[in-house]
Amino acid sequence: MLTPVVDDDGAPFWEYAARGELRIQACADCGELRFPPRPCCPHCRSFATEWRRVAGRGRVWSYVRPHPPLLPDYAEQAPYHVVLVELTDAPRIRLVGNLVSGPDARLDSVPAERIRIGARVQVVFTSTGLPQWVLERP
Amino acid sequence: MAVLKDATAIVGIGQTPFAKRLPESERALACRAILAALDDAGIAPDEVDALASYTMEETDEVEVAKALGLGDLTFFSKVGYGGGGSCATVAHLAAAIATGQATVGVAWRSRKRGSGPRPWKNTAVQLPTPAQWTRPYGLLRPADEIAMLARRHMHEYGTTRDHLFNVALACRNRANQNPAAIMYERPLTREMYMNSRWISEPLCLFDNCLETDGALACVVVSAERARDCRRTPVYVHSAAQGLPAQHHGMVNYWNDDPLTGPAWTAARHLWKHADLTPDDIDVAQIYDAFTALIPLSLEGYGFCARGEGGAFTEGGALETGGRLPLNTSGGGLSEAYVHGFNLITEGVRQLRGTSTAQVPGAATCLVTAGEGVPTSALLLRN
Repeated sequence: MLTPVVDDDGAPFWEYAARGELRIQACADCGELRFPPRPCCPHCRSFATEWRRVAGRGRVWSYVRPHPPLLPDYAEQAPYHVVLVELTDAPRIRLVGNLVSGPDARLDSVPAERIRIGARVQVVFTSTGLPQWVLERP
Repeated sequence: MAVLKDATAIVGIGQTPFAKRLPESERALACRAILAALDDAGIAPDEVDALASYTMEETDEVEVAKALGLGDLTFFSKVGYGGGGSCATVAHLAAAIATGQATVGVAWRSRKRGSGPRPWKNTAVQLPTPAQWTRPYGLLRPADEIAMLARRHMHEYGTTRDHLFNVALACRNRANQNPAAIMYERPLTREMYMNSRWISEPLCLFDNCLETDGALACVVVSAERARDCRRTPVYVHSAAQGLPAQHHGMVNYWNDDPLTGPAWTAARHLWKHADLTPDDIDVAQIYDAFTALIPLSLEGYGFCARGEGGAFTEGGALETGGRLPLNTSGGGLSEAYVHGFNLITEGVRQLRGTSTAQVPGAATCLVTAGEGVPTSALLLRN
C-alpha cells in the first residue's frame, strides 16, 4: 500500500495522526483553519500556525468506487470505497479517506449499499496512523 | 486585451496519424506534425521564431528547432498542468506576436500514452507530496479524482448517467464521421454504455478518454500576415487562462465550492474581452478527458445555469444540428486523447469549413483546455 510522502507543512498532521489525534492546521493569529497545510495563512498572511484538534466527526460529501486497473495492493481490494468527508466542526475542510468497518479493516469492508452522501461518519486510526472513517450507525 | 482581439490568426494545422501504437518516437512525431502545419500554412520552417508547448511535452524547443531547421527563436513558452495548457500555448504565441516579440509561432503536442506505461502501474509516480492526502486511500487516477466531483454533481443537481452517455454518444457519433479518429466506424449504443465495465463508479469505460499515440501542431501569425497565407485565417478573438483563488488542482476538494472549477475563472475573462456571448457560439470543442467534465464546463462557460449542465445535454443538444454541436472530430473521448490539442485543430477546421462533421456556416468556436486543473480557453472566429 502507498504510505504518505510527507512534506514539512504536512508532517505535523501525520505526527498527530500517529498518536490517534485528528488535528487541522490553523492560523495562530486570525484563527482560520486551512487544509492542506501550507506555510502562510491566505487570509491574514501570518506565518504563525497551530494545530487545532477537531472532533473527528463528519458527513460523506461524495464518494467513488475505483475498479482495476489499479496498483496491485489496491486492485486486490477493489472495488473499495473512497470517501470525501466534510468535518462537522469545520465544514469547508474535507478529508479524503476510506469508509471501513473498523480501524485496520479492508478497504472494501463496508457493503456498497451502506454508503450514501450525507451519512454521518467518525474517524478511526489504522495501526500505521492513517485516519479512516466508520459509519456512526453501522 | 484589446491588443489581442483578432490581432492574430491560426493559419496552419498539422497532425500525425492517431493510433494505440505508433512506431516513431515522440520527437519524430512532433517534427512531422509541425512540418505538416507549416506546409498547410505555406510558411517555411526557417521563418519560425516562436514556439509554445506544454511542460509535460518531452520534446523540447532545442530539439525541435534543431531538427527542423527553424530560424532564430525570440520567444518560447511552456504551459503547465497537463491538458489545462492546450489553449494557452496558442494564447502565449498570440500574445507574443501581438506585442511584437515574434512573427511566426508554432504550438505543438506530441504524446505516446497509447503505447507508453500506464502511470497507475508505477508506484513511484504515485507519490509526489501533494498526493499524501489522497493516494494512500486508493484515490489513484485522474478518473477517480473526477468521479468524486461527478458523484456530487449527480447528488446535488440530478445529473444522471444518461446525461454522461449523451456526451459520450455525441463524441462517438462525430468520430464515426472522421476517418482519422480512433473510433471511426465503431458506433456506440446506450446498451454498450450502460453495460460497460466500471472504471471508477460513477464513471464507466466510455466516460474515459482514449490514451493515444500522436502529435499535432498549429501555426500562429499576425492577422496582417494571415491575409497572405494559403488558408482562410482563423482569428484568435479572445483567450484566457484560469487558476482560481484557493484552487488545488484536480483534487480541488478543499475549496469553498469544488463544483466551480477553473473554467469559471477562464470564462469570465474570455467573455469580458470578447464581442461574443455564449449564445453566439456555433460549435464548441470542450475538453473531454472524462464525460463528467462537460456538464461542469457547460456551466462554467455560461451555456447554462449552474446545475443545469446535465440537463443541457438532453434532446440532442450536443449533436450536429443541436444547440451546441460538441467535439466535432470526436474529441478526446473518441478521436484521440492528445492532451486536448486535437480540439484546437478541429476548431480551426470548423471555421475553415473543412470538418468531417461540418456545422453549416460555423463562424465562431469555443475551444477549452482541461477542466479541474488550471486551464485555458480560446474563442476562435473566421
